[in-house]
Amino acid sequence: MLLNATEINIALNRLACQLIEKHDDFSKTVLIGIQPRGVFLAERLKTLLETEYKIKNIKLGYLDITFYRDDFRRGEKPLEANKTKINFIVEDKNVVFIDDVLFTGRSIRSALTAVQSFGRPLEIELLTLIDRRFSRHLPIQPDYRGRQVDAINGEKVKVCWKENDGEDAVYLVKN
Amino acid sequence: MSELSVNHLLGIKYITEADIQLIFETADHFKEVINRPIKKVPSLRDITIANLFFENSTRTKLSFELAEKRLSADVINFASSSSSVTKGETLIDTVNNILSMKVDMVVMRHPNPGAGVFLSKHVNASIINAGDGAHEHPTQALLDTYSIREKLGDVAGKNVVIVGDILHSRVALSNIFALQKLGATVKVCGPKTLIPKYIEKLNVGIETNLRKALEWCDVANMLRVQNERMDISYFPTTREYTQQFGLNKKILDSLNKEIVVMHPGPINRGVEITSDVADSKQSIILEQVQNGVAIRMAVIYLLASKIKHHED
Repeated sequence: MLLNATEINIALNRLACQLIEKHDDFSKTVLIGIQPRGVFLAERLKTLLETEYKIKNIKLGYLDITFYRDDFRRGEKPLEANKTKINFIVEDKNVVFIDDVLFTGRSIRSALTAVQSFGRPLEIELLTLIDRRFSRHLPIQPDYRGRQVDAINGEKVKVCWKENDGEDAVYLVKN
Repeated sequence: MSELSVNHLLGIKYITEADIQLIFETADHFKEVINRPIKKVPSLRDITIANLFFENSTRTKLSFELAEKRLSADVINFASSSSSVTKGETLIDTVNNILSMKVDMVVMRHPNPGAGVFLSKHVNASIINAGDGAHEHPTQALLDTYSIREKLGDVAGKNVVIVGDILHSRVALSNIFALQKLGATVKVCGPKTLIPKYIEKLNVGIETNLRKALEWCDVANMLRVQNERMDISYFPTTREYTQQFGLNKKILDSLNKEIVVMHPGPINRGVEITSDVADSKQSIILEQVQNGVAIRMAVIYLLASKIKHHED
């Protein structure tokens, strides 16, 4: 286990505070959870910002990147799409991408392309709970990170959420 | 995620209910995409698709081409009227020549029933049947049933009547297969001369009285009278057909319920359906057209994902 429920909670609070430092009242900011696993983290952060830090009207969207991925037809399994739910225009907004694990950076590259369909953001930042060091295929780094992890390629980082997996925890899984 | 059980879409007859549901779920995502400010995704940027239309078409061809372009595929078009087919080239030769230019997928409309099935056995590409004679028109049936699902929540348990020229209609046959696979009950309604002899073998009810058919159904799919396919006279006059089988506001309002009215287009206004019905709230004709693009995107996307990637 890399993080237990308490450690996750501490990291979430710190990430929320860092977001407030940068984005103040969030009037020009939108949060975008990357489907499928980033949306749990995004929902948690939104709830935390609203209840603990009394920030109102936080805009949160879900972005599905399936149709923008660069490995279509290259994998063994077909890609499964998820729902995109963005009810606002990102034009001239500060966008914060939220995902659970940053690994190769390819998902984020796809997300950068996908979000263009919703306008031209002023700025895009990246928040990730787990940052896997030394594993990037692309020059993409997070602006906010919960925990940096060194994991070798055969290993997998699995983030569990209470609402989906029954517990809050981060595991290092050996394949 | 599951994938399609087939490598070609040749007809509804050859696919399963699970395939249809997968196409619907995928189309849901694409429907969201085509309603965005930027209506395009880059999924198929390394796929080339040839649209081969050996028979005239406006709507289907535009719909396929738009679907292909919304998926970022490269598209080439071909119409038989302006090609070497008129010089006597065979179908396999024509298609193989096109495929040697590295085309991955073929969308074909052809006047001969079974042309798609034939081609799929002889060439190395994914084939989508866009209508083969009076046989099948699978994407039309998929978009029709998808539109019913969207309007009524589900297709299972619904009563659907297909009205008009069943004999010459590939839309009717594909719709019958799709509706039955999804659990709907199907009847056909039209002049006896335009109802095929063996239709009862497909578990399809026959009704020759339009009013009775409408009172029974939840959805009425009004087919076009296909004058161009009628080599002999199947009914005395168009006027008589309209009187017996034309859908008008009066008969629609006299029913004790609201039924959904569909039409695959192109409409002969005032023949099988009057203008006020075609433009009424009960009609979902334009929704069908919009859903057509999403459904075709889904079919192309799912078939393309089965084409193996070669690094050469």
